[in-house]
Parts: sequence; C-alpha cells; structure tokens
Amino acid sequence: MKSLTAGYGRRAPGEPRAVGYLYVLPALVIYALFLLVPFGQSVWLSFLHWDGLTRATSAGFSNYSDIFTDPSLRAPFGHALVLLIFYSALPVCIGLLLAAAMSRIRVRGMTFFRTVLFLPQVLAMVVVGVAWQSILAPDGLLNDVLRGVGLDSLARPWLGDYDWALPAVGIVGTWVMTGLCLVLFLAGAQRIPKELYEAARLDGAGAFREFFAVTLPALRAEIAVALTLTIVAGLRNFDLIYVMTSGGPGEATSVPAYEVYHRAFELNQVGSAAAVGVALTVLIFTLTVTVSRLVEGRRS
Amino acid sequence: MGLRNKGGGRRRTKALVPAALAAGLAVIAAGCVPGTDGSGAVEGGGAGGTGGLPDPAKAGNVTLTVWDQEVRGGTNAELEQLNKEFQEKYPNVKIKRVSRSFDDLKTTLKLALSGNRPPDVVQANQGYPDMVAFVEAGLLMPLDNYAGLYDWNTRYPSTLLNLNRVSADGKQFGTGRLYGISQTGEFIGVYYNKEKLADAGIEPPKTWKEFTDSLATLKEEGELPIQFGNLDQWPAIHNFGVLQDQHGAAEARDTVLGRGDGFDNAYTKDAAAEMADWIDKGYLPKDANGRGYDDSYKQFADGEGGYLIAGTWLQADLKKPMGDNLGVMAPPPATEGGNPTTTGGQGLSWSVTSKSAHPEVAAAYLDFITDEHAADVMTENGVLPAVPGKAADEVDPDSPDGQMIATWKRLNADDGLVPYLDYATPTFYDTTSAALQDLIAGKTSPDGFAKKLQDDYGPFMEKQRGDGAGTEPAGS
Repeated sequence: MKSLTAGYGRRAPGEPRAVGYLYVLPALVIYALFLLVPFGQSVWLSFLHWDGLTRATSAGFSNYSDIFTDPSLRAPFGHALVLLIFYSALPVCIGLLLAAAMSRIRVRGMTFFRTVLFLPQVLAMVVVGVAWQSILAPDGLLNDVLRGVGLDSLARPWLGDYDWALPAVGIVGTWVMTGLCLVLFLAGAQRIPKELYEAARLDGAGAFREFFAVTLPALRAEIAVALTLTIVAGLRNFDLIYVMTSGGPGEATSVPAYEVYHRAFELNQVGSAAAVGVALTVLIFTLTVTVSRLVEGRRS
Repeated sequence: MGLRNKGGGRRRTKALVPAALAAGLAVIAAGCVPGTDGSGAVEGGGAGGTGGLPDPAKAGNVTLTVWDQEVRGGTNAELEQLNKEFQEKYPNVKIKRVSRSFDDLKTTLKLALSGNRPPDVVQANQGYPDMVAFVEAGLLMPLDNYAGLYDWNTRYPSTLLNLNRVSADGKQFGTGRLYGISQTGEFIGVYYNKEKLADAGIEPPKTWKEFTDSLATLKEEGELPIQFGNLDQWPAIHNFGVLQDQHGAAEARDTVLGRGDGFDNAYTKDAAAEMADWIDKGYLPKDANGRGYDDSYKQFADGEGGYLIAGTWLQADLKKPMGDNLGVMAPPPATEGGNPTTTGGQGLSWSVTSKSAHPEVAAAYLDFITDEHAADVMTENGVLPAVPGKAADEVDPDSPDGQMIATWKRLNADDGLVPYLDYATPTFYDTTSAALQDLIAGKTSPDGFAKKLQDDYGPFMEKQRGDGAGTEPAGS
C-alpha cells in the first residue's frame, strides 16, 4: 500500500493525483444523498410488496417478472419505444434537414426563426400539454382546419381515438424537441471550416453529397448529444401524458413514468412502481450508452 | 360546490406535477421504514365511559393541526368562517389549517399519517385505496364513542354514515366502525338548460321514458341532447352509474358495498347497452372520449347541449354563467312520483388520527363543523350540506340551489343514493374507466363490458372472503 505523499513524488507534473478526489467530494456527497441513496432505496422497494402503509412483505423478483408477463405493464414500455420515434428520431432528422438547408441558404432574420423554433423548449411541459389538448380537441384548431379545407373525413377526436392518441401525443414531443436539435446542429455547423465545403464543391459535390460527406460526419458529436437528450426526455415523459390523456383512451397512451406515479399513489402498489422505475432507469441507461458508443464512437 | 376528485368517483383536478414528483421522491426516501403492522391503532374512541360531552375549553392550550382539501370558493369560505367561530368559542384552541388540492393531499397524506407527528384532523377519501388502507395500518381513530356522545348516528342518514365505516380488521368498506364524518353532500344530477328545453317544446321530464323521449326530440331539433366529455376517463363512471341505478339501484349498492352479486348480470348489461345505444343515436356525443370534462361542462354552460349529467360540485361553476336558466333534478324515476335513484354520497370524511394528542378537542371540532349551525353557514356559501339546516328552507325553491337541496332531501328520504362504483375494489376506478372508454368507442359489447368488471370484482371479493372479512353483518 502506497502512501499519498509517496505517490506524488513519482508522478509527472499534470498527472491526476489522488487529492483530486477531495475536490469532487462535495458534489459527490450531494449526488449520493439525493440520487444514489434514493435510487438504492427504490431498488430495495422493488423487491417488496408494499402498499405504502402496512408491513411490507418480500416479493422476490415477482415485481420484475410482472413487467414481462402482465400486459398492463408491458404495454407502457411498448408505447415508450413508439414515442421514441416521435421524441428522438423525427426531431433529429428534421433538425438535420433544417440545419443543412440553413447552412446553405442565407436566411434573413435567422435569429428570429431560431428563437421561434427553440421556444417550445422554454415552455413548461404542462403549458404545452394544455395548449395542445385544446388544439387536438374534437372541435379544436386542427379539426377546424381539416374541415375548412374539405378534409372532413380526417377530422377525429385525436386524443380519444385508440389508434391516433399515441401518435398525437408523439407529435407534440416532435414539436418540442425539434427546436433543441436544430439549435444544437446549427451551432455545430458553424464550427465546420468553410474550406471543407469549398473543397467539396470544387470536387463537384451537389447539396446531397455535401451533406453526407461534410455536414453529417462533422455533426457526429452533436447528433450524439441530441439523441441522448431526446431519448431521455422521451422515455421519462410523464407531464404530457398526465395532462393530456392520463394514459387513455383505455390504456392506449400509458407510459412507464406515468405508471410509476399511478401505481405508487393511486393503486398503493409501491413495490411494483419501484420496479417499473428501476426498469426504466436501466432502459434509459442502456440506450444512452449504446448511443454514445455507436454514434459518438466513444469507447470505455 | 365542493371540489371533487377522482378518488371516490370524484372529479380529479390536474394538480401541479412538481408537487406530485416531490412527493414521489419523498415516498421513496421514506422507504427506509417500510410500513407498520397497525400496532399503533387506538382501541375504542378515547372518550368512552366518562359520560357527558368533553369540554374543549378545559383542555388547556391546544394547537389543532387540520389537513383539508377545501381550497375552492364556497367550501373554502365556509370552512374559514367555521374555523374562526370555533377559535372564538374556545380561545384556548388554535387551529393550524393546512389546505391543499385533492391530488396534493392524496399524495402527501400517507406520509404525513405514517410519520411520528401526524396532523390531528385529516380529510380522508372513502374507499379501499385511502381510508381502508389507513385504518388497516391503524392510523385513524374509531369515532363510535363520539358518535354516541354527539348524536351523529341520528344526525346522519345511515346510508351516508356507512360510507365512513370500515370493519375492525381493516378489510371491509361500508360496514363496521365509524372513522369519520362528512360535511357536505353530493349527488349526480341531471342538469338542464331551461331555455333549450322550452325551445324544443319539452317540459322537464317526470319519468325516465319522458326523459329518453326528450333526448330524441332534442336530436331531431339538431341540438346535442346530453353534453358529455370523457377524455379524463372517469366522467363516464358517473353517467354509467345513473343508467345502472335505473336498472337496479339496490343491487348496485349491495355490489359496491361488497355484498351483492357483482357485475355479470342483466341490469349491468342493460345499462351498458343503453349507454352504447345513446352513443349510437347521438344522444351522447360520439367523440366523447376526445372531449375534456372541463371543456364539456363549460360548453353546456355556454348553451351547447340540453342536458348534462354531472355532480353537484359543478353547480357553482354552472350557475355563474347560466343563472336561473340552469335547472337540476334527480334522474327521473321509471314512474311518475316514484323514488328517484342516482349515484352520490358525501364529501371526503373528516377523521381523527390515532396519534392525535387531543382527540376530544378534535372530536368537538368535527361536531362543530358539521352541526346545524355549520349546515346554515354552508348553505349561505352555496355549498350543499350533508344534512341541510334551517337556512336551506329559506332558499328559493325554484332557484338552482333550491332544486339541488330539495333533490338531495328527497334522495336521502327515499334511500335513493348509490355509492360511487369505483369504491367496489382498490383497482375498480381503473377497470371501470377503461372499460367505459372501450364501450363508448364501440370496442367492447355490453357482455364484454360486464365481464371485464366482474373479472376485477370477483377475484377481489374471493380474496376478501378468504381473509375472513365480509362475514360481519352488513350495515349497522
């Protein structure tokens, strides 16, 4: 066992030193107190049957196996994955498209458009939910517009329709997330040296080629960040569902995060709620690690 | 009127998400002590055997902590006034009131009750998830002795009092010991737009047949017969409850209180079929599942729709824009002059916690906010008291409030109230609301609907009986 001072002596200047841990300690204490300890308790609770009041009994792995066997628990995870298309895939694609277009064409009042597109990010999700609920209502703005242009057959009670409620909630997510992706990509695109574009053009690359050969590779880091942020936001989606549909109609829009609240507070199934929460954490963790490895190319 | 929420078939307010999340963290953080075995339960009612009323004035300096959810206009004003009067009557008592919205109370009450210093008086939601769970954990004090001292047993109709009872083993709801009393009454009424009905040449219907005929007339006139929004999932429970009560009120009541034959029966299927038929015929809007509850009643107040089947808690909000154009009645009975039936009950129960250091003061407070004087204060604030007092007789009988009070008295006199369906099992709110959305969307048949309800009810009742509960004589 080496003493600290002995360690210092042998290291080159600038090498990490053990004393560095002392500097992260305050942050670590707070992180542990408010995140790691509660998470540990959730894991513990997930192995219990507990109504929140009376003596808890051991549940073994049954709360977890229920996630795979109970359709009312499996469905929310399926819905969450569908929502990822709307929360993550679509905003990233649209953001890239807009960023590529904007970097080629000079748009007047660029700051204005950027602000407008980013605005949904600034709004509280509850506000977004209430606003979109009225747009999607049976006699709301969307249906009025559809009827106004003669597309009456397309008008429907969007949030009350078993097939359309989930995509309808998803589109709201796309609306919120696209601005974030766009701003990230625009910032990234500004870093790309103009010479690269010039060289590409001299080599005879069109807009399409230019995008795939220059813009896309250069934005790799930004895409990884955008994917990570949107995936996390999509999977922990609670407020929109809570405000807009409460998981309905039937169970068509129930998602894991809503299920955690529902089970813990409305059904008094704290153990099951904790298990769903832990499973959701594992899912988010897996997906974000995958993204950072595949897209960002980071190796641990 | 009072505020209602989903829990007991009541209206659910969209409480602020951060509060719910914070409470969520708190519950998880509290996990280090998972539960009690109910050993903290207090036997008896505390004041037993002393004879005579306890006198709060002799209790010394007392701070009574009260958690309630009466945050809305009328109920808030009424309670503030009563609290003030109670403190004037007993200067040695200081009331520390903590009021929060229903959802916020629901998410934090469990933690507060299981802590070492719970509030003295709390409002608990009837049914399995809250009140029964609290009793099973020994957190609430039985009030039977006080009920005797203060004559609560004669003040309240037994149907209402039973809704605040839980069996001694903490398993069965609607029977056994008394764990609280309620201030306010509430029922699902048929609200109507007087002008709309008159324009269509319709007299307020006196029988169920006249009512359904008037729906057809309104439809022919191009009006929406019944305004209805079910995006929030639970409102259909109230509409369906009214229909089911038409087909079998007494049976439905027995089922909810755990002594009936369940839901796989003719009257449930008939009611479901009638509801589906109303959707088919356009008596209820076809897009109900996509319409918000708040939107729908506001539209009714704006003149969209002839009728609205809704709880009396909406009356204050409807009365404001509609004035005397608003009418309310019980769902019309099968024959003229017959006994009306509907879904209804009372506001949340006011209960005393087991660990309260001043149960006698708390009981005196409960009595004070529910007695005849309190009823008058409620009436003056436009709130429907569970037991109307003298002031209620002076309200103009043709005004909406007058009609509401008269209907409430009639329903109680004829034993016409059927408790909210979702009291039936701990998960019944979910089961019923999902099944009703399926029924409205035409995704399930009346038979399939009845079966889905029974699949929740049957196994729960079997488990209840297996636990030895439900063997006590029903009622009390």
